[in-house]
Amino acid sequence: MHPEHRVEDLLRRSAPRVLAALVRHYGNFEAAEDAVQEALLAAATQWPRDGTPDSPLGWLIRVASRRITDELRSEAARRRREAAVATRAVPDELLAPAADAEDLRGSDDTLTLLVLCCHPSLSPPSQIALTLRAVGGLTTAEIARAFLVPEATMAQRISRAKQRIRAAGGRFHPPPEDERAERFRAVLHVLYLIFNEGYTATAGPDVHRADLAAEGIRLTRTVARTLPDDGEVAGLLALMLLTDARRPARTRPDGGLIPLAEQDRSRWHRAYLDEGIALITRTLARAPIGPYQVQAAIAAVHAEADRAEQTDWRQILGLYRLLEHLAPNPMVTLNHAVAAAMAGGPQAGLALLEPLDADERLSRHHRLHAVRAHLLEMAGDHDGARTRYLTAARLTTSLPEQRYLQERAARLIPDGE
Amino acid sequence: MKYLLLIHSNPENWGHPTFLRTAAARAMSSEQRAELSRQFETLMAEIVESGELVGGEALPDPAQTRTVRVRDGVPAVTDGPFVESKEQFAGYFLVDCESLERATEIAARFPDAGLGGAVEVRALMQHSGQEM
Repeated sequence: MHPEHRVEDLLRRSAPRVLAALVRHYGNFEAAEDAVQEALLAAATQWPRDGTPDSPLGWLIRVASRRITDELRSEAARRRREAAVATRAVPDELLAPAADAEDLRGSDDTLTLLVLCCHPSLSPPSQIALTLRAVGGLTTAEIARAFLVPEATMAQRISRAKQRIRAAGGRFHPPPEDERAERFRAVLHVLYLIFNEGYTATAGPDVHRADLAAEGIRLTRTVARTLPDDGEVAGLLALMLLTDARRPARTRPDGGLIPLAEQDRSRWHRAYLDEGIALITRTLARAPIGPYQVQAAIAAVHAEADRAEQTDWRQILGLYRLLEHLAPNPMVTLNHAVAAAMAGGPQAGLALLEPLDADERLSRHHRLHAVRAHLLEMAGDHDGARTRYLTAARLTTSLPEQRYLQERAARLIPDGE
Repeated sequence: MKYLLLIHSNPENWGHPTFLRTAAARAMSSEQRAELSRQFETLMAEIVESGELVGGEALPDPAQTRTVRVRDGVPAVTDGPFVESKEQFAGYFLVDCESLERATEIAARFPDAGLGGAVEVRALMQHSGQEM
């Protein structure tokens, strides 16, 4: 590994532990998070030049502590009060946890931080930004680049998110028992969104975003290590691995999208497929079922087919029925309709779409029209399919999707027209 | 999702903020006009603070606009905007927000929208895409 990458990797892994140590000691999440970010930036410039210190965690905690005491002291001075917490010396107990490298508390802390960053008072974009900085150890500039907004905008979003958490009374504590399940669900959703931001990136200007998929997987792995018995965490990790495995095959060199049925499956990332399949198989056998596990199971069935024609659509259809029961939403119904059509013919799928027409929001969503176009094409109604593909192309706000849908429509123009 | 908010306004004489120069605002008391400015500043502070504001620019008097058409390889330049209408394109804001609903909510709070003008909400195309 390149020395700079090694430093970066070390810093990213250390970030949540340094932050947890500081928050635990100083109690001020906002100030601690800023101090850690500054310490990480200092390390990123100094370590590749001067060498990595013997105790990287100790170094980061020391530098971040100095920043936070300076900050708290000047704030205290501003208020003309004695700075009770501000001592220049770094307390021993702060450095103690740094001694044992991979202790359990480190990963518990990461989970507690994730729960705090995914606080219900925040909108998903703020939860994502704060998670990437405080837990992922990314710089504001990196996050801004990934989301294609100016750095100042992202800095503002992050600092506002921290203020909101404080105003809402969020603290660095494991969530109370009665909120636990819901707060963990919010964390998993944010990790999924981070992954998806990266996964859906295509070539060209979005290339920075692709790193977000790797970051989503990395953070989910950390949570999975902390909660090895949680079926949904394992399910989410398996889903990410099985989805990301397709990345090398999902776009053409020019950024155009290749549908699942037409992907060159020999290009799928074998190691991710194997890990994902093994993980979901193990999990389904022992954990109570949940939506992420079912989605991972569907991805695993696709992964097990060497060619698209070998896909076991009956099994996928059964899994979509289960998913629709566990977590009903219109997007699931759309996929369910595709599975029904593949297993039992296009009319079976089209029948499932009918109730969705009544939903006004969905009728303006390109996916409903894209799925209906696809099923009409299967049924041989090329005129109907073409109209629907073009409607879908008009409604999507994604350039690669639009191109794909227009190409599908163009294929259906009868000869001589 | 990123959205462009296009501000269309009809000031009596051109200048920014355009909403204070509309006939409706000029007929108001100075307290009412000050209240309009306060509302606008509150909105700006809110979307700066939330990290939703990505950027924006104000445009000069439409009379300074040139419209260029090339016909038979020859550029034909006319003075004035391409679209003739009472309301003029006065500037834009780029926001990054959670949903079209939120962008619409922000648009409705621009004073121009309530003073004879309109705010157009346009989504930006993204380079991300889901295979189907």
